[in-house]
Amino acid sequence: MADESLFDFLHMEIVSHMYTEQQSSKGEMDNKDRAVCVSVLESMGFRVGQGIIERLTRDSPSFKDELDVMKFVCKDFWTKVFRRQVDNLRTNHQGTYVLQDNKFSFLTQLSSGKQYLDQAPKYLAFSCGVVRGALSNLGMDSVVTAEVSVMPSCKFQVVVQKL
Amino acid sequence: MSRQSNRTTDSKKMNSELFTLTYGALVTQLCKDYENDEEVNKQLDKMGYNIGVRLIEDFLARSSIGRCQDFRETADVIAKVAFKMYLGTTPSVSNWSPAGDEFSLILENNPLVDFVELPDNHSTLVYSNLLCGVLRGALEMVQMAVDVRFAQDTLRGDNVTEIRMKFIKRIEENLPAGDE
Repeated sequence: MADESLFDFLHMEIVSHMYTEQQSSKGEMDNKDRAVCVSVLESMGFRVGQGIIERLTRDSPSFKDELDVMKFVCKDFWTKVFRRQVDNLRTNHQGTYVLQDNKFSFLTQLSSGKQYLDQAPKYLAFSCGVVRGALSNLGMDSVVTAEVSVMPSCKFQVVVQKL
Repeated sequence: MSRQSNRTTDSKKMNSELFTLTYGALVTQLCKDYENDEEVNKQLDKMGYNIGVRLIEDFLARSSIGRCQDFRETADVIAKVAFKMYLGTTPSVSNWSPAGDEFSLILENNPLVDFVELPDNHSTLVYSNLLCGVLRGALEMVQMAVDVRFAQDTLRGDNVTEIRMKFIKRIEENLPAGDE
């Protein structure tokens, strides 16, 4: 079944649609417009992440601690959503985690280097939302951002919000 | 061994769940952005068209199917190869018009609408309209102009989902002026 490519196409089209819609109301896109697009994509990802994690952890036992949750996200969850495991997980043991994926699935088709680096954030917003949604349903409120310096490798930074 | 096969079926279902959930989030967002269902239907069709014109290349690359001889063959390829490949379901082809230019795809189950219910105030929403756009866009890239619409929809109370496809005309390849 080739539904992975169908999902990739859908994701590309969603990103493209959001940006064209935002642009059509005015001539140029300014930073505020871009921020709106990113947050819309992120909130869509949030809902999807919540749904996916519910289905995925239906039958699993509860997690021991935060680090256990993050390891699950890096292995099983990442495999289901992005078709590979996270390559590197780092933490300061105080609520900040950095997940590094060296061949991030939405970036592999864009470039393998520095070309189109400025376009990369558009394609990461949805994924940040998916991760944030998944963590939220596992009981961890967080802020997820992504950073790319060389495609297709990218780093997701998760900062867990303490109450 | 059995554990591994469990994971493969799970991962297949998982992928379609990811697609279904993302599609649901998209439709929800469109409903928020546009005031009426007609407009959302149009946007879904437009987005589907954009996906379709690219998807056809992916399909041809994966399936290595040659040119179809007639519309009947096209229908079979769409139902048995394309739908199976991308959505994991094989619709049946039926209700051919006497002229052989119109047919129906009957889907017993539509993966896009798993877990979905239409609220009462969106009764004219064609939820899966993206599919119509995809089919239209993909066929246009292989020189066929078609009209695609939903005749029946399980979300609106029908028993099955029926997509009606009508052949309009063959698109002539237009060479840019000045080419020999």
